[in-house]
Amino acid sequence: MNLHYVILKDDFMRAGEASSNLKKKLKQLGISSGVIQKVAIAMYEAEMNMVIHANGGVIDIDIEPQRIYIKLEDTGPGIPDIDLAMREGYSTASDQVRDLGFGAGMGLPNMKKNADMLRIASEVGKGTTVEIEVML
Amino acid sequence: MKIDQIQKITQAEILCGHEMQEEIKSACGADLMSDVLAFSKENGMLITGLVNPQVIRTAEMMDFKAILFVRGKQPSKEMVEMAAEKSISLLTTQLTMYFACGHLYAEGLGADA
Repeated sequence: MNLHYVILKDDFMRAGEASSNLKKKLKQLGISSGVIQKVAIAMYEAEMNMVIHANGGVIDIDIEPQRIYIKLEDTGPGIPDIDLAMREGYSTASDQVRDLGFGAGMGLPNMKKNADMLRIASEVGKGTTVEIEVML
Repeated sequence: MKIDQIQKITQAEILCGHEMQEEIKSACGADLMSDVLAFSKENGMLITGLVNPQVIRTAEMMDFKAILFVRGKQPSKEMVEMAAEKSISLLTTQLTMYFACGHLYAEGLGADA
């Protein structure tokens, strides 16, 4: 099964709707709650990042017999130093984002913790592609 | 601990209630949603002073059954509707975070993580 979502920039009211929708679909498919939670957390953090840091973007999801594969692509500013961004506590988020309870530098580490595979490719000025895989 | 007991202990107002007999096994007191996503367990409840739609979303991602707002915080109508749609109970207490957590812990609601 394939799913496609378009994420809008700075839409903090609707941010997380794609993750919510995916979670519902996985529940309907009878996938175990442990797997659903891992996918939901990784995807939600990634979706929030897209709303916060990038200019929105697109999310494509493949639900396969052995795995759930999520690809998030944006045309945002890119990440200059991915190793630094992966560090717990490192953040470039604005005060507005911090007021929402995010931007504490936990997003990428959280994604890594919940994903069986996390790959980030980024080019400054061009955008970022994040791939997340959770095995079933 | 059942949601209606939590309501009594914290003298909370129920803003939207679902299955008040639902058993809450643990709670997480935090204003930082990323920490909630990083450290919480299932069947839990979120205790927070933060009021925005992402609080409801975070609770949804964690399969939380209830959110207790502290310091008399009032969520917007949209937030209440969002929670109702996701069968998450919302309560608000005048207690501060410290006292709300302290009372619930003393009455036997286990800590998280």
